[in-house]
Amino acid sequence: MSEEIQLMKGNEAIAHAAIRYGVDGYFGYPITPQSEVIETLMEQAPWKSTGMVVLQAESEVAAINMVYGGAACGKYVMTSSSSPGVSLKQEGISYMAGAELPGLIVNVQRGGPGLGTIQPSQADYFQTVKGGGHGDYRLITLAPASVQEMADFVALGFELSFKYRNPAMILTDGVIGQMMEKVRLPEQRRRRTDQEVREQCPWATLGKTADRAPNVITSLELDSAMMEKNNERFQAKYRVIEEQEVRYEEMQCDDADYLLVAFGSAARICMKSIELARAEGLKVGLLRPITLWPFPTKELRRYADQVKGMLSVELNAGQMVEDVRLAVNGVVPVEHYGRMGGIIPTPDGVLDALKEKLIR
Amino acid sequence: MDIETIKSPENLVYAKPELMNDNHMHYCPGCSHGVVHKVIAEVIAELGLQEKTIGIAPVGCAVFAYKYIDIDWQEAAHGRAPALATATKRLLPDRMVFTYQGDGDLAAIGTAETIHAANRGENIAIIFINNGIYGMTGGQMAPTTLSDMKTSTSPEGRNVETMGNPLKILDMLALLNGVCLATRTSVHTAAAVRKTKKLIKLAFENAMAGKGTSIVEVVSTCNAGWKMTPAAANDWMVEHMFPYYPIGDLKNI
Repeated sequence: MSEEIQLMKGNEAIAHAAIRYGVDGYFGYPITPQSEVIETLMEQAPWKSTGMVVLQAESEVAAINMVYGGAACGKYVMTSSSSPGVSLKQEGISYMAGAELPGLIVNVQRGGPGLGTIQPSQADYFQTVKGGGHGDYRLITLAPASVQEMADFVALGFELSFKYRNPAMILTDGVIGQMMEKVRLPEQRRRRTDQEVREQCPWATLGKTADRAPNVITSLELDSAMMEKNNERFQAKYRVIEEQEVRYEEMQCDDADYLLVAFGSAARICMKSIELARAEGLKVGLLRPITLWPFPTKELRRYADQVKGMLSVELNAGQMVEDVRLAVNGVVPVEHYGRMGGIIPTPDGVLDALKEKLIR
Repeated sequence: MDIETIKSPENLVYAKPELMNDNHMHYCPGCSHGVVHKVIAEVIAELGLQEKTIGIAPVGCAVFAYKYIDIDWQEAAHGRAPALATATKRLLPDRMVFTYQGDGDLAAIGTAETIHAANRGENIAIIFINNGIYGMTGGQMAPTTLSDMKTSTSPEGRNVETMGNPLKILDMLALLNGVCLATRTSVHTAAAVRKTKKLIKLAFENAMAGKGTSIVEVVSTCNAGWKMTPAAANDWMVEHMFPYYPIGDLKNI
């Protein structure tokens, strides 16, 4: 049997992958450049096939709180938005982290601050991996660099978020969301039955049965000693995730004298840049973090003993570069190159920046 | 006659509902919340819905509602209870989902979530406690605070010229096609409690029957926030709240 390969946008791939994964509910609000997610879902009408609920909410605030409610029932629920809308979702994300609820949020980033531009950006890195909402919490963050990964990371995001009872985000941008590529969609899975959800999520609010105490989903604890214990439990969980769930891709790193560090669309550009560099005889490699949190700190530290310098390439003013510098801790120079406002760096531009800032 | 004879079942006229647990309530003496909790617990038991009910607690004095009634609960962010209820009911259509919200939660910060859930006709029940003040945070002005009423953020009394008029949000909700029941009641007398129980039962039955959104507004007292005795607060409510928030059905279909 031939493989089922289709051509589609990254945003469409997210929608199709959600249906195929057996997601129970999607709640969203239109915003450029990610509206194809909800449009595709409404067109596919999965409530007729898998029983998946798709609802256009009155706001991003309502949408993320619908995700909170659905997640509290142990359901696979998700939302998607773009930067200004994701700012509005931070309240709900913080509450989900505090109540230890799983769920998937997709951010197809655009430039900011404010309404900014509808063109692509990676300027929400800080917001995503450094908190975003209030309180000490972490958000599992996946950064796809292709339409295929947009599809694949729906499943990965749900798996990780349910494994750790923590929200997960696909942090992508208008390039990956809007570009069309070949994609192989996963097999259609059936949605879990009520009984399967009860077994997988004994904490879920599905209605109190006689054999258990009431389930309560809350982030509230007014007793400071108890709240500190909650915080310690969250932090212990985050340390386990940092230990076990780091994902990254290495390209031509083995003999590299210089390392580009880039995620998502910036990494796609850098793939071409290392080709151009190698054609000129420069040994340049690319380390692409796939998880932005947990961050590949140890791997970057290891490369600091090998390379002469690192260039963090981002569609922003320099955000991930701070984490690269923390990882490298001064062993080698770490510089940043980025464009803002929706301007996409060119492969030549990246190579020129590498030469100017590090090789000279 | 000894006390054990008097305690015989045929003499029983008042009892703690089986779904209310023994957790010590944090509500002030004289507060309406405890009575409404009791009524809700009784209705859930009488309808046999304990295993099918999911309650959504608000932010406000009733933030700990989940501590007192032995059902599954979700504790929402401030004002977002109708969004949680929407998803919960859509994903579990055979369950009975209700929110329990105060006036600040429902009629200020949660106005959008409330109106849009009702406009979609979500098959949920909303129990709305309107005591015209923010109790949990210590007596600040609420959207439903009456004109000239003194609170810690309107110490000279609510000036409607600068602070807006007390919001009759139930009247707004009653206009929406998605709403099947919009009714105003109280719990300050035994008769009023009985009436409220009937209305909450109707709201829960509507939610199960898929008739749309039911809103039961309980005009309530906050004697601590109003700085009155419980009895004086009841009198003040009858005299001042009822004329502006009249008791009765705005819509019942």
